[in-house]
Formats: sequence, structure tokens, C-alpha cells
Amino acid sequence: MKILVCISHVPDTTARIEFSADKKEFVSSGVTYILNPYDEIALSKAVDLAAASGGNVTIIHVGEAAAEATMRKALAIGANDAVRVNAAARDSNFVAHQIADYVKKNPVDMILCGRESSDHNGSSVPAMISALLDIPCILFAKSLVIEGANAILENEIQGGKEIISTPMPFVAGASEGMAEWKIPNMRGIMSARTKPLQVIEPIEVAQLSKVKEYDKPIPRSAVKLIPVEEAGKLFEMLRSEKKVI
Amino acid sequence: MSVLVYIENVEGKFKKSAFEVLSFGAAIASHMKLPLVALSIGDVDESELNKAGKYGASKILNVSDDKLKSVNVQPYTSVVSQAAKAEAAKVIVMSASFSGKAIAPRVAIKLNAGLGENVIDLPEMSSGFVVKKGAYSGKAYAFVEILSDVKVISMMPNSYKVVENETAVTVVPFTASLDANDLRLVVKETIRSSDKVSLPDAEIVVSAGRGMKGPENWGMIEELAQILGAATACSKPVSDAGWRPHSEHVSQTGIAISPNLYLAIGISGAIQHLAGVSSSKVIVVLNKDPEAPFFKAADYGIVGDAFEVLPKLIEAAKAFKASQN
Ligand SMILES: Cc1cc2nc3c(=O)[nH]c(=O)nc-3n(C[C@H](O)[C@H](O)[C@H](O)COP(=O)(O)OP(=O)(O)OC[C@H]3O[C@@H](n4cnc5c(N)ncnc54)[C@H](O)[C@@H]3O)c2cc1C
Repeated sequence: MKILVCISHVPDTTARIEFSADKKEFVSSGVTYILNPYDEIALSKAVDLAAASGGNVTIIHVGEAAAEATMRKALAIGANDAVRVNAAARDSNFVAHQIADYVKKNPVDMILCGRESSDHNGSSVPAMISALLDIPCILFAKSLVIEGANAILENEIQGGKEIISTPMPFVAGASEGMAEWKIPNMRGIMSARTKPLQVIEPIEVAQLSKVKEYDKPIPRSAVKLIPVEEAGKLFEMLRSEKKVI
Repeated sequence: MSVLVYIENVEGKFKKSAFEVLSFGAAIASHMKLPLVALSIGDVDESELNKAGKYGASKILNVSDDKLKSVNVQPYTSVVSQAAKAEAAKVIVMSASFSGKAIAPRVAIKLNAGLGENVIDLPEMSSGFVVKKGAYSGKAYAFVEILSDVKVISMMPNSYKVVENETAVTVVPFTASLDANDLRLVVKETIRSSDKVSLPDAEIVVSAGRGMKGPENWGMIEELAQILGAATACSKPVSDAGWRPHSEHVSQTGIAISPNLYLAIGISGAIQHLAGVSSSKVIVVLNKDPEAPFFKAADYGIVGDAFEVLPKLIEAAKAFKASQN
């Protein structure tokens, strides 16, 4: 079984988010980058599936060389090889086109992504890849098991979940619960150094969107403390002062 | 030309998010001086369809096909794309619900359109077309210009108010052609807990963390939520420990929400937790530790033991609700 896992390289979850004075760019200096937490779930699942079936896990990342440390971490967790498309990840449309193009040339049985990245939070890349390849997409997959030629997935929906059966290939977005996060061991870290990491050049894609500016939320005014004895007045206050109830 | 909104139903009924996208679409259509067309897919009866006519649509395309009874991303994408072409839609809007998040990017690809996903406000249309969305897990906003002629937007639930705008509306059947490839994926079973308020759509959320000590104490959380008509949520360690299902886990690695009111009980307010809830309009924190970081991100705070304060809040909520009726 051939599995492709899409990897995104994002600011650490505790990172302070700052922008340049003209608000056009994210200031990355001093920020630690990590493997997107949801991608790590997807990768952990892929490694388990490959181990069970004698398969191969390739990771792919669209981005600049700075992400190679994150890619080595994914190799340490258990991916077999890595591909980096050498271009700044302009937007989700650009990224999806690069990955779909790679898959057209190097077919796989499934493509696993995280359900969203913690920087752009779009959830768009997996769905776009599936549209470009015209294959099913299960975006909020909480579990995945292989049953013969099909995969059975639990997908989150409004107010509940659905059980899906899909032939391969397909794209799935990994949610919490799909797999346990794996911690790389020493052997994994050592072997990751020598696993193949191929760099390929991007294809051209028309630009359909562009970030004009970033901004930060206005901080809240100081908290209004309610003494425990008066806790019962909370709802009246929410009605008269905030009209949210 | 038109503005097309895809309105999602849950078991044949439109939820508030459907009326939000209609209201949002109506505002865009009025700015662009285009008619608003709504698209409904699935098993929705006439009276329910007519409800959708109260928000400014002049036409409702109704796709009723046995193969499309449950939401299935691939064929739904085909239907939305074909309707968009038939109506020469310039802007296509849908809710950023679980299925909307999967359908919108696919429609964008099919139509070669730029995508504005998880949008939280009306686009700026005076020069260009710029949407506002959350970024960095709620720590920032991004303003994204959509450069293509046709644009696809998914709108975050609870981020635009429902505005009634009664117009003459006609319901027209619409048939889309689906091929075998569209129907490869099979939805074998749908499981919904219909007695509960769905978390992403909820106006009020009662959320609890490790401070509740164990799953046996969630009765109070559920009772308070039920009185307030709220959804229940939890912090990550709570769902990791199996005290609550993963579907209740909010924030950075869970569901990002922006309800009108977020009540956090026994949650410390770690940066990863704040990330996905800080765009809530009003935040109330109950924590026994006056130094808990959550108080810095809250509008109202109660420093106290949840086991002592919650019973009081439950009584007060009951009395408050009774006084409203
Ligand atoms: C990559 C990554 C992603 C993460 N993503 C998320 C995420 O999406 N969502 C999330 O929630 N967390 C996330 N976390 C975890 C986060 O860092 C915190 O560990 C977590 O939010 C803490 O949960 P908590 O507040 O319930 O528990 P704790 O931090 O243990 O806090 C419990 C709080 O309860 C209070 N308390 C205790 N007893 C009482 C009482 N009797 N009455 C009142 N108050 C009481 C305490 O004072 C304390 O403030 C993530 C972490 C990482 C590393």
C-alpha cells in the first residue's frame, strides 16, 4: 500500500504571532516551527497502516528549505521518504495543485492530510486535491480501517457522525482519535538522517487569491470579577450589559 | 448573473446557519445588484423550502434526488457547480459547516474560482473583493483578496446576523447530472444525537476542563447547558482522558468556535485553548485559581470552587429563564 502524507510546517502552538509594520507579513524570526499537529495524526495513522500491510509512506511538503527539519522529524516518526516542492506555499490552491500534480505522476492508494493547518486553518488543501484528482474526500475523519479493497472511515458531520465506505484512492483529513501521536525513538531519529528527501520544482498555477493584510484581535477590556456570593446575578448582567442571553 | 447560496439542511430542516448564509448572500447580492438564488439539496418539503424565501432569495432551486438524501461531498459538489453555471453565479456562498468546508474548496476547483474560506464578515467590495477570516488559530485575522471573476465563500457559522427580507420567491426543481464517479463513496450510516445543540452552531457554549475532576461530575455541566439551550464543550485533556467525546474538544486542535457566550469552568486558559475560543463575543470564566491565565481573556470572572458555584449558577439560570417566560 502506498500512502502519501501531506505535511505542513507551522508556528509552534505557543508562539506569539507578530506581523511586519505594514501588516503584510508574518514575522517568523524567533518563532519555533513544528509539524502541524493534525498532520502528525495523519502521519501516525499512515505509519501504522504501512506497518500492517508492508506499505510505504511518502511525505510531501510544499515550501522552502527551512521546513526540512520538520520533514526530518516526520521521517523519524516513520515515513520512508520525503518530497519537497521547492516554492513558497502561496495559498491553498497553489499547494493543492502541486500535490495533485505529484500524485498524477506517482499514483498512491491514499492521501492523508491533517484536517486543518494551525496557521491558515482553511481545511481547503485536502478537498482541493481530491477535486483535482476527482477522487473522494473525507475531511473530518475520526477513524480509518482497511476492509479489502475499501476503506471504512468515521467522518464528523453537523450534530453527529457518518460511517463511510470508499474505494481507493481517496483523500482523508485526520482528526483527533484517528491515531495516537507517535514520539520518534532514537533509532527513528538516526535513520531519518539518511532517508531520501527529494526536492522537485513547482508547476505554474494561476493566482486566484492573495493575502492583503493581517491584523490582530483587539484585546478585551479588564475582566469584571463577580464575588461568589453574587454569582447568581451573572445571567442578569449578561442580559443587561451584553445582551447575549 | 446571480449570487448563489447553497443552504444545507439537517434531516430535512434548515438550521440557523442556512438563514445566516441567505442573509449574508442577500447583502452581497444587493451590493452587486444581482438576484439572490438559493440552492437546496436533499429531502426538504415545500413548507420548509418556503421558510428559506424570507431572507431575500428570488428563486430557490430544489434538488430532490434519492441518491442525494444524505450529504455526500462529491455529488453535492457537482450539483453546486452545475447550479452555479446554470445561474451564471458570480459569487457562491455556503456555510463553513463540516460538509461546507469540504464542498466549497471542491466547487472552487471545479469553477476555477478563488476561495475565501471560513469568512467571518461581509466582504469589502468597494475596490476588489476582500474577505476577512481567522488565521493562526484565532490569534490573528487575515484579509484575503479574491482575484478571480467567480468567487466561492464559506462563512463561519454564527458570524453574521439573520436578517429577514421577505421577497416573492419561486421554488423551481433543478436536476443535475451525476456520473458513476460522483457516487463511488457510500455513506453507510448516519448517527446524530439530535437532542443536543450542535457545537459549531451554538450561540451559547458551556465548556469545562480538568477542574471538574472526573466524568461523573459532568451532570452539572449538562444541566446548566440544557437550561441555557447551550452546547457542551471541553478542553483537550478532558477528551484525551476519555471523560468526554473528542467531538466536544474545542480550540487549537479541536473545533474553533465563536459563540455569543462562552462559559469556561475549571479551564486554565492555556494558549492553545484560548486560540480557538477567543473570538467568542463574551467570555465568562469560573476558576478557583485567581492567577489562572483565562481571567486575562475573560469579560466576567468568578474566582471560586466550581463544585460550590455551579449549583448556584444552575439555580440562577433556572430562575432567570423562568422570569423570561
Ligand atoms: C500541540 C498542542 C495542542 C493543544 N491543543 C489544545 C486544544 O485544542 N484545546 C485545549 O483545550 N488544549 C489544547 N492543548 C493543551 C493545553 O496546553 C492545556 O494543557 C489544556 O488546555 C489544559 O486543559 P484544562 O484547562 O482543562 O486543564 P488544566 O490546565 O489542568 O486546568 C484546570 C483548571 O481548573 C482549575 N480548577 C481545578 N479545580 C477547580 C475547582 N474545583 N473549581 C474551579 N476551578 C478548578 C484549576 O485552577 C486550573 O486552572 C494543546 C497542547 C498542545 C501541546
